[in-house]
Amino acid sequence: MKYYDKLIFELSRPGRSAYSLPKGCGKEIELPAALRRQAPLDLPEVSEVDVVRHYTNLSQMNFGVDTGFYPLGSCTMKYNPKINEEIAAHPLFTGLHPLQPAETVEGAQEVIDTLDKALAAITGFEHFTFLPCAGAHGELTGLMLMREYHMARGDSARTKVIVPDSAHGTNPASAAVCGLEIVVVKSRPDGLVDVEDLKPLLGPDIAGIMMTNPNTLGLFEREIRQIAALVHECGGLLYYDGANMNPLLGKVRPGDMGFDILHLNLHKTFSTPHGGGGPGSGPVGVAKSVLPYLRIPVTSGFHGNFGVMMRGLAYILTLGKENIKMAGPLAVLGANYIKESLKDVYKLPIPTVCKHEFVYDGLVNDGAREGVPGATTLDIAKRLLDYGFHAPTIYFPLLFHQALMVEPTETESKETLDAFIEVMRRIAEEAAADPEMLHSAPHNTPIRRPDETTAARNPIVKA
Amino acid sequence: MSKIIEGLLYSESHEWVKVDGDVAVIGVSDFAQAEMGDITYVDLPEEGDEFSKEEDFGALESVKASSELYSPVSGKVVAVNAALEDAPELINADPYANWIIKIEMSDKAELDTLLNAAAYAEIAK
Amino acid sequence: MGTFAYFPHTEEDIRAMLDRIGVASLDDLYSDVPDDFQYKGEYDLPSAMSEQEVRDFFEQLGRKNVQLKVLVGQGAYDHYVPAVIPYITSRSEFLTSYTPYQSEISQGTLRYIFEWQSMICRLTGMDVSNASMYDGPTAAAEALRMMLASSRKRNKVVVSAGLLPCVQKVIATYMKYTDAQLVVTKDVLAELGDDVAGVLVPEIGKLGRINDLTGYAEKIHEAGALMAVYCDPSTLAVLKSPAEWGADIAVGDGQSLGIPLNYGGPYVGFLACRTELMRKLPGRIVGQTTDADGKRCFVLTLQAREQHIRREKATSNICSNESLMALWCTVYLSLMGPEGMRKVNELSSAGAHYLHDALIATGKFKDIHEDKLFLNEFTLKPLCDVEKLQKAFLAGGFFAGLQLENGELAFCVTEKHNKEELDSLVKIVEGL
Repeated sequence: MKYYDKLIFELSRPGRSAYSLPKGCGKEIELPAALRRQAPLDLPEVSEVDVVRHYTNLSQMNFGVDTGFYPLGSCTMKYNPKINEEIAAHPLFTGLHPLQPAETVEGAQEVIDTLDKALAAITGFEHFTFLPCAGAHGELTGLMLMREYHMARGDSARTKVIVPDSAHGTNPASAAVCGLEIVVVKSRPDGLVDVEDLKPLLGPDIAGIMMTNPNTLGLFEREIRQIAALVHECGGLLYYDGANMNPLLGKVRPGDMGFDILHLNLHKTFSTPHGGGGPGSGPVGVAKSVLPYLRIPVTSGFHGNFGVMMRGLAYILTLGKENIKMAGPLAVLGANYIKESLKDVYKLPIPTVCKHEFVYDGLVNDGAREGVPGATTLDIAKRLLDYGFHAPTIYFPLLFHQALMVEPTETESKETLDAFIEVMRRIAEEAAADPEMLHSAPHNTPIRRPDETTAARNPIVKA
Repeated sequence: MSKIIEGLLYSESHEWVKVDGDVAVIGVSDFAQAEMGDITYVDLPEEGDEFSKEEDFGALESVKASSELYSPVSGKVVAVNAALEDAPELINADPYANWIIKIEMSDKAELDTLLNAAAYAEIAK
Repeated sequence: MGTFAYFPHTEEDIRAMLDRIGVASLDDLYSDVPDDFQYKGEYDLPSAMSEQEVRDFFEQLGRKNVQLKVLVGQGAYDHYVPAVIPYITSRSEFLTSYTPYQSEISQGTLRYIFEWQSMICRLTGMDVSNASMYDGPTAAAEALRMMLASSRKRNKVVVSAGLLPCVQKVIATYMKYTDAQLVVTKDVLAELGDDVAGVLVPEIGKLGRINDLTGYAEKIHEAGALMAVYCDPSTLAVLKSPAEWGADIAVGDGQSLGIPLNYGGPYVGFLACRTELMRKLPGRIVGQTTDADGKRCFVLTLQAREQHIRREKATSNICSNESLMALWCTVYLSLMGPEGMRKVNELSSAGAHYLHDALIATGKFKDIHEDKLFLNEFTLKPLCDVEKLQKAFLAGGFFAGLQLENGELAFCVTEKHNKEELDSLVKIVEGL
């Protein structure tokens, strides 16, 4: 990757242009002065070649799944199949207006219906709404459904939702946006939700519990049956955060575990690309328990991110009922393989079998010595960039101070995993020998560590 | 070892209080600033805002963390340290010289619930 | 038997990996999952399809859609898409990357988001924009949350009944689950009071009318409230910017910046504000700084506002947004430039006015836009059989004249529609 320092505005030359517009019809209209823009429109004036080169240069400072291994925990950076892109750009779909009469969009509707049935089969849920545009948006929609359920039953006192301390940050944030008060349930030292801590929290004010299973430590919440029984007994519902659905794909259906509402991330489990932070799709499914009270909250403008649904369906059709059975198990195989291969040099706080991801808690020997602090998780992450790997998720979950969360996914070969393991070992050796060198990593990337403190103290947020 | 000043009162959430008649001068401890790292922003209340004991009156932000500030006493804000708006790093430089707010206390008896320097030293480890 | 295209593991690989882990089989990796949770049945899914079969499948479904010339807007506008855009956005370094948390290898994403923020600020006149929202309607809902969060005491928001239906529905949903009060009214200024945190008004109403917001900001600010304007970013090339109306927040949907209709998504919301509100702005924000060698670079900044740090105290729960669609719009605006953007508006509105007048001339509609204060979108009151009319439009290959709640029919013209198309639409009306 090479450093390229332009912004599109800096390429601008007055009088240059890159637009191509047809001839119009009718007369130009005159707007009253009171409605007219006063300020100059300060957009770049560039040629088409300028635009193409500029963004091509920018792209070359980026790392994607297509560039290399991307073991970012809880993000499920699996390969994004190219047929999905072709399908999403299909001209028989891209020109449809969202408000067209039903009889003119039967194909699009069938895409949604087919995806609905497929996701129902995969998860053991009844039906899905595709309005949510991302995982957090799905959480919000799902929690609204939870509130609707209680309201429809005249049970208006249920204003609290239980969230484990290991949960993704979006869980408590979504609950707060939905007007719910958050009650935190603790994890035990083995990383699982503490059922004894949960029991006293349950009561007539509890709307439900949000669970991620496997949780953010990559551990299957094996007491889920008991948790489900306890929560249902108190009148609450179980929400399944599908961010970690990948290891269960083709193996376990969340609907069988007693969950009532769930969201899935098509941009994780169902292979649609992350696009540098969206667009995603976070369909929300409901179990039979919720169906009689179903009132779907309208949380996006039209039908949700249809283009992402097209990709998700293409992926499921390609997998088919045969290959889907291997998706989860191979993801789990990769995670356990890495976990076991490096536990002599990286601290492994929870040694039991993991699912799609696991957490190291820093180095066994961080190289700390008199006057020289040891190598941290941040240093390891930055050094990995030098070796051509994306870093794992760092400092999450909050349960461990030096958390390094690794998720390889099922699309990575043994050779790739071996190369990663080898580099992680080399970094451990480097840390032991010369932690200073790691503090200043990365050394081979387009830029080195940025000054984030100045960025936050004196924000420059536009050109 | 973080610095703890004798004669101040402390809360378990790491605020310090200097009593000046009916007014409580409030800041955060050296331990708190060190835990936060480089402070990038101080979210301040406005003069005249009223807070009850343990209610959050603002927040400290660093690049990767955010920490609520909890009022150690109940009362009305009579002054805020506006210098922190442009120079949040003052808190890193000297957390005891750079107070955050002054509160006119509505119940001075609440001071009895706060910790002295020795007791605070036990939790600021 | 070969491996499946996306799973590179040979039998031998699997065996070696299991050996390293110290278990006998893949099933043993699920020993922590109670047996009766393990699904033993066959998934009710089709058999795996080859790439060609997948193509055929979608081709077949695609043929069930009726391809129409779209002359309706209402929040989704059929503008022309420059060929450069999909070419750039499908570059896999952009497409297959995650959120730019590791800034050293994400300068591409960070730079285009910085450019997007800059362009949104230049269009709206605001000081700061975030990295994008899901769509315009959710961005509007977040604007309301922002205004409420900016006041400790005020708990009411007032929104104009003139907002697009798709915006109104989402706003109503988001506000339903909070303890704040939502007032929807035709006359927002009449609702001002010391309990109102903010007001949201559209620059262009659902009927296509351009609102003259002169005096709004003064009155709203006098009452101690904030003002947010919902706007179409494309039209800001010619219309007063939200900043010029005196607004504190600008919000809307970037779809009109060359994003295909795509049956409703993905689109991209934008949310921008004055500096004073920056800490309340939800979502990601990219900032400029320097690296250890003093080189200019870009990072995600002000992250302490966000859910992954603040959890339930965050200003919003948003995490993934619509980054790639923000790139789409950024490339669009770069290609169009100031001149192209003005031309798009000229062509669209000239076409719309041409169609409007021609439709009025048929005698089958009543003119409700006598002052002609509209750009590319307008409504007409039908004086004919609406059902018959719409059927005739469909038969002629048009999606036009969508009936709104008030009974009026909505039309929209963009630079994509030429004179022949508009004339043939008019002919259909004449032939009724």
